[in-house]
Amino acid sequence: MIVGERKPLAEIAAMLAPFKKICVLGCGTCVTVCLSGGEKEAAETAAALSLLWQKEGKETEASTLTMLRQCEYEYIDDLAERLNEFDAVLSLACGVGVQTMTTRLQDKIVLPGLNTTFMGYPVEQGVWTENCLGCGNCVLDMTLGICPITRCSKSMLNGPCGGSQEGKCEISKDVDCAWQLIYDRLIKLDALERMETIQPPKDWSTSHHGGVRTTVREDVKLESSE
Amino acid sequence: MNPASNLQKMLDGGHFAVSGELGPPKSADIETLKHHADEMRNHVDAYNITDNQTAIVRTSSIGVAATLMQMGLEPTVQMTVRDRNRICLQSDLLGAVSFGVRNFLCLQGDHAKFGNEPGSKNVNDLDSMQLLETVKNMRDKGVFVGGEELEHPLPNIFIGSVVNPFADPFEYRPYRLAKKIAAGTQFVQTQCIFDIDRFERWMEKVRALGLHKKVHIIGGVTPIKSIGAARYMQKNVSGMIVPEELITRIKGSENKKQEGLNVCVETIQRLQEIEGVAGVHVMAIAWEEVVPEIVERSGLYPRPKLA
Repeated sequence: MIVGERKPLAEIAAMLAPFKKICVLGCGTCVTVCLSGGEKEAAETAAALSLLWQKEGKETEASTLTMLRQCEYEYIDDLAERLNEFDAVLSLACGVGVQTMTTRLQDKIVLPGLNTTFMGYPVEQGVWTENCLGCGNCVLDMTLGICPITRCSKSMLNGPCGGSQEGKCEISKDVDCAWQLIYDRLIKLDALERMETIQPPKDWSTSHHGGVRTTVREDVKLESSE
Repeated sequence: MNPASNLQKMLDGGHFAVSGELGPPKSADIETLKHHADEMRNHVDAYNITDNQTAIVRTSSIGVAATLMQMGLEPTVQMTVRDRNRICLQSDLLGAVSFGVRNFLCLQGDHAKFGNEPGSKNVNDLDSMQLLETVKNMRDKGVFVGGEELEHPLPNIFIGSVVNPFADPFEYRPYRLAKKIAAGTQFVQTQCIFDIDRFERWMEKVRALGLHKKVHIIGGVTPIKSIGAARYMQKNVSGMIVPEELITRIKGSENKKQEGLNVCVETIQRLQEIEGVAGVHVMAIAWEEVVPEIVERSGLYPRPKLA
C-alpha cells in the first residue's frame, strides 16, 4: 500500500492561512488502512485545526468529507459539487490523490495534508516499512522475494557491502542488511548459487530516472463513443 | 585577494569577451582537442570544457582543464548536476580550484536518455540554481551545502551559468535569469543564437529589468557547417530555434560553408551592437578550426592583453 504520515499541524495551519472555508478530505483506501488519512484522521485533523483557529481568534471553518479514492475521476466526480462551497481542500490522500484531484478539479485549490512516505506494508500494528521503490523492472526472482533495490541502502545488486555487521546495515542498527536477509533466505532454500552471478548495471530508465512514466494498455482502453 | 581570471578581467573591464568551446572525446586521447585549443589560443579569452555533453561519456571536463592549464590556457569548467551529487560536485570544484581553475559554468545537463548510457540514474541531487548558490556560498561564506565550513577560504573564482532565450515560457525567461543572478551567477552564456530577433526581444526585457547591469551576458553562437547540421539542431536539439529562413539562405548560396560562416559573423557583429551583451561564446562544434577566422572577421581580433 501507499503509506503516508500526516504533516505537523503547524505546517498545515500555515498553508491554510490564506483560506476561510476548508474541507479536510479523507481518502478511503491506502491511507485509511495505514491510519494516516482516512475518515477518522480527517475528523481529528479538522477538530485540531478548529481548536487552533478558535484559540487564535480566527473565523476559519473546517468541515470534513471522505472520498473512497482521490486518485480516480469517478469518485472525485461524485463529490465534486459538494466541494464547491470550500475555498480550499486539505487532502489527506497521498500525492497521487492530491494531483488527481487538482487535474480533475482545475478551479479548486487542493493542498497536501500528508507526506507520502513510501510503498510498504505494516510489519506490526503501528509500524510500517518500505519494501518497493517501483523501479519498473522487478528483480525479486533473483533474490527469491527480498528487494535489494529498496531494502539495501545502497541498492546494491551483487551482495553485501563492507558495512554489514551482525545482520544490520551501516546506516543504522535499526535497519536490517538486505543482503544478510537475502543470503539467509537463499541458504535456507538451497539456492545460494543465485548470488554467484555478477549482476550487470541496472537499467534505471524504467524507473523515474527515465522520466515521468505512463502505461498505455491498448487491450483495456475503451473505444471512443463518438 | 587572488587575481581574477582572464575572462573575468575582460568582462569586468568592459571588453567584449570571446570564449571558445572544446568538447572532450570519447577516449583518453585528447591530442586533437589540444590541437584545436592551440589553434585558437590567440583568438579566445577562455575555453569552455563541456561536461559529458548530451549525456555522452567523454573525458572529464576537469581532466581536460588540467591539460589546458599546463598549456597556459584558461579553462571554464562546465559542471552539470546530472551525474554528480552535492558531495562530488563540491569535491570536484575544490579539486579544480586546487590546480588553478577559476571559471566555472554551472548547468543542469541534458537528460541521460539522450546519451549513450540511457539506463543510468539521473542524479540531479542539486539543481542548476542550487549549484550556483552552493559555489557562491563556498566562495563567499566559506560553507558547504551541509553547513560545515571549508578549512581554508576559496580564491576569487568566477561563477557562470547558462540561459536559454529560446526556451519556453518565453515571458518567464528573463525572470529565471534574475533568479540565477540572485543565486550567484556573475556571467551567463546563452543557447546558440540563430533567431536573433527573438534574442533581441529577450534582451529588451532583460534591460527593462536592469539585469544587464548585474551580470555579464555572453551570446552563444554556432557556425552552421552544413544543412544537415542545421536540420539536426532544428529538430533534435532541445531548446533550440533554427529559423527556416536561415536554412533557406544557406541552401541557396553557392558556397554553403562560407555562408554558414557569414551568418555567424553577422550574428556576432549584431550582438556587439546590442546594449547589454558583454561578449560572445563561439561553439564551433566539430568545426573548431574556423574560430580564428570568425573572430577576426567579427572585428574582435587581436584580443586585448590584460595585465
